[in-house]
Amino acid sequence: MRILVVEDDIEAQRYLVKGLREAGHVVDEAGDGETGLTLALSRVYDVTIIDRMLPKIDGLKLVATLREEHNSIPVLFLSALSDVNDRIKGLRAGGDDYLTKPYAFAELLARLEALMRRRDPLSVKTRVSVGDLELDLLSRTAKRSGSEIDLQPREFRLLEYLMRHAGQIVTRTMLLENVWEYHFDPQTNVIDVHISRLRAKIDKGFASPLLHTVRGAGYMIRAYA
Amino acid sequence: MRTHRVLRTQAFRFVAIYLGIFAVSAAALVGFLYWNTARVLDRETDETIRAEVAGLVEQYQRLGLPVLTDVISRRSARSEQGIYVLADRDHRVIAGNLDLWPSVATAGDTFIEFEFERRDGQALQLRQARGQIFELAQGYFLLVARDVRDRREIERLFSTALPWSVAWMILLGVGGGVLISRNFLARLDVINRTSREIIAGDLTKRVPVTKTGDEFDDLSGHLNRMLDRIERLMHGMREVSDNVAHDLRSPLNRLRGRLEALSRQQASNPDVKSDIDAAVEETDRLINTFNALLLIAEAEAGSVRESMTEFDLREIVRGICDLYEPVAEDAGLAFEQRTDGAPMNVHGNQNLVSQAVANLVDNAIKYTPAGGKIQVIVESDGQRASLIVADTGPGIAPEDRGRVTERFVRLEASRNSPGTGLGLSLVAAVAHLHDAELILDDNKPGLRATLRFARAKTVTRALPQWPPRIETLH
Repeated sequence: MRILVVEDDIEAQRYLVKGLREAGHVVDEAGDGETGLTLALSRVYDVTIIDRMLPKIDGLKLVATLREEHNSIPVLFLSALSDVNDRIKGLRAGGDDYLTKPYAFAELLARLEALMRRRDPLSVKTRVSVGDLELDLLSRTAKRSGSEIDLQPREFRLLEYLMRHAGQIVTRTMLLENVWEYHFDPQTNVIDVHISRLRAKIDKGFASPLLHTVRGAGYMIRAYA
Repeated sequence: MRTHRVLRTQAFRFVAIYLGIFAVSAAALVGFLYWNTARVLDRETDETIRAEVAGLVEQYQRLGLPVLTDVISRRSARSEQGIYVLADRDHRVIAGNLDLWPSVATAGDTFIEFEFERRDGQALQLRQARGQIFELAQGYFLLVARDVRDRREIERLFSTALPWSVAWMILLGVGGGVLISRNFLARLDVINRTSREIIAGDLTKRVPVTKTGDEFDDLSGHLNRMLDRIERLMHGMREVSDNVAHDLRSPLNRLRGRLEALSRQQASNPDVKSDIDAAVEETDRLINTFNALLLIAEAEAGSVRESMTEFDLREIVRGICDLYEPVAEDAGLAFEQRTDGAPMNVHGNQNLVSQAVANLVDNAIKYTPAGGKIQVIVESDGQRASLIVADTGPGIAPEDRGRVTERFVRLEASRNSPGTGLGLSLVAAVAHLHDAELILDDNKPGLRATLRFARAKTVTRALPQWPPRIETLH
């Protein structure tokens, strides 16, 4: 995948680009907003990572300009500002996701994956399935191998999010933000408890587990181990 | 209500005190004036009478009774004010302008006062006189006196004028006091209203200044200058907080990035890799503490006030309960949630309140041993909405309750459990930001933490209590 990184902290940029390349992506980098904008408008990328505070053209301004040019490339903001208001400003300017520095590289990768797949017309689907697990989004029911699984509403939303991102790593923070809509760090690992409950409902008694823990990163739902 | 307020103003009190002092001194002055005038008049009368008596006695001694009788008759006929009577030893009148010898009259050196009747046209008038009686040789009596009606008139004038003028003085004074106080109140109300708006979070408000240039304008001007400075400071604080966030996060970001890259490089060398991963975890702890501190600083500075909205406290609490209930159950705790009833709207920052509630519930789960019980209750007493998180854990000793909300204070017993030690400090900061009370109480056994918010009113907000009420519950 082709990724554009616009980050003025040269050292941070170096590690970020190196990590992305190691993960098998093709990366272009820019050290200021102006260069970033020129690159974004002249080449085709699958996703961009943009620092919020940039010299020459500010990150917010950059994205707003891209959107004015009808460029709908997914944008992940990186920011040293953690306030919810800053996040809202970033998303309002046209960003698709917002990650506060310092971030775990695994978190960044997982979010990039999610952003790149967002273009799938998945959201209009009424059914999602992974292996023999099926989710009916209209009747809000889940079935595995034909037999119905009893899920609480929150469990259903959790499973839905995981299944919409089947085959991708989903981090705890992503789950907390998207399923519970909280933007703070609950000190205890509450998400793990919810996952293990869900796992008990969907995987217990089946030979091949679908819900996997990805060490140091998060969770992934996937048909075959 | 309004009158009551007027009477309680400082201005009215000043006027009342001033009026009191003025009334007393005016009464004293008038009283003294009266007393002195009466004294001088009396002395003058007495001296005239004494001189006349002496003269008449001398004439009697030198020229005898017939001449005295003659003199007295002439003087009584001529005089308006003077009273002259000559009587024999049986007090029968021989000559003079009284028909009867006054009953009180006895001879002596002292002056006497008596009443007499005098014909004034048709009417018979009762009058007062003051005079002296002299016993002449051969048993005759001589009375010389003066009609003192004029002096009595002055006396009456003083004694009626004094209460009236005092009454008028008080009436006018009270009226003036009320007027001045109302003016004071009107000016103060403007300042109070503006202050209330500012406390409610609108730092751009300023106290209006009139053109009179009086003390109130001075006060308003000073308040406004103070507000300008506070606003500048708040703005600066916001900037500093942003800069600190940026300047600390950037190197932490580089550090973490470098460590992660290193860890990936050392994938084939598990010993080194696990050390590097431990360093990454340590960095994350550092970041967590830093984030928590920054959040507390922001909540304390009140810079998030602009992002306050009205929301239902029950919704927030339900969400947090939903998140934590399985955690409590996994820890072997009974979890009870009571959030029914009517909506309980409060005004605040949803994200911060959620986090504060999460911290309270998280603490309760962390510190309550298996087999215990956690209750999360939302209740209202009309004016206020309270969130209660009660557990059956070890609780907090009364002497430690004030201390645990300080930054990094962790009681010895809990020092080894995970967490930044900033959980309750954040709750306290959030409470402060929302003018809410945080009460730590004994759940017998366990801790009962209450966050008490003022319920949102759509139009105006109540002033926060000042001085803040400190509750110590044991």
